[in-house]
Amino acid sequence: MTQISAMAVPAVIALFIGMGLYKKVGVYDCFTEGAGSALKSMTGILPSLVGLMAAIHMFRASGAPELLADFLSPLLSRLGMPADVLPLALLRPISGSASTAMVTDIFQTLGPDSLAGKIASVMMGSTETTFYTVAVYFGAVGVKNTRHTLIAALTADITGIIMSVLITQWLL
Amino acid sequence: MLNYIWGGMILLSLIVSLFTGRIEETAAAAVTGASSAVEISLTLLGIMCLWGGLAKIGERAGLIDLLARLLHPLLRLLFPDLDKQSPARGKIILNITANLLGMGNAATPLGIDAIRELNRISPKPGSATNAMCMLVVLNTASIQLLPTTLLSLRQTFGSSAPAEIIIPIWLTSICALIAGITAAKLLERRYPL
Repeated sequence: MTQISAMAVPAVIALFIGMGLYKKVGVYDCFTEGAGSALKSMTGILPSLVGLMAAIHMFRASGAPELLADFLSPLLSRLGMPADVLPLALLRPISGSASTAMVTDIFQTLGPDSLAGKIASVMMGSTETTFYTVAVYFGAVGVKNTRHTLIAALTADITGIIMSVLITQWLL
Repeated sequence: MLNYIWGGMILLSLIVSLFTGRIEETAAAAVTGASSAVEISLTLLGIMCLWGGLAKIGERAGLIDLLARLLHPLLRLLFPDLDKQSPARGKIILNITANLLGMGNAATPLGIDAIRELNRISPKPGSATNAMCMLVVLNTASIQLLPTTLLSLRQTFGSSAPAEIIIPIWLTSICALIAGITAAKLLERRYPL
């Protein structure tokens, strides 16, 4: 299992470059072009990352997560979700940059290989910023009546959040 | 929405810290948090550029077209109302494919293109048709074959096996996607257009 996962990265790199050369794409020029736009988007998110990381650090330093976890611990322990992951689960559908900051914080304090770090990784990788997506798409065409979209999308999110806890404990 | 969450989080932290007697630590944490955001961005920058560059090569080499061909049968299942000749089909396929390949920057404009087309052929503009709902649900529960940002982040923080989360992510995403599609299909009758 871990080996298949580990092979995914080199396989994708080989596939992309191999196909690029085969199709006579200017792979190096293409690479620098793509790297340039990644640089731009990275500097674009820096301001929000600074603001959010400051808020998250304050939140943690205040002792609020412990209070929240105490309050919700019966529910969490039944699911097997570490208390450190709870804020991520709550923020994930609302803000992409806030949940990136949250995952970073978990990696920083507990490490990416801790149980919380693994669950946070799987949760982050398998869910999306639902509210943002719904707003962008329906906003673009001026749809006011979104019918069942939000319920269906949140069903997917809740499933993803619960399954990320269960599947991580089962496989990793 | 983020205005309230961000502001609320800071105010809540300060109020709680009064009770827990950690007001000084909390104020200091704002500074450490801000500077750690910059440190992380710097360490991530190289890896993000690497993946951004590789993704561009994939895009130019026609990987999107290749995957799109494989996805045609799935589309018939998810969008039964959609005409075979409809230009929306191709756009939806490109959107799904860009999501699969983790090209978030490319996926959103393609998806908006697709939903514009769906809105154009909608019998009731201003209301979401079944196809529009399904498209948005697919985008909120999309599977990313290679979660590159996450891999970079795990590597940056010294994970001994940064990629071990890939298969659990696939499995979890599939569960979430199936739940989302099922919910959309079941609910579309209860919320008539």
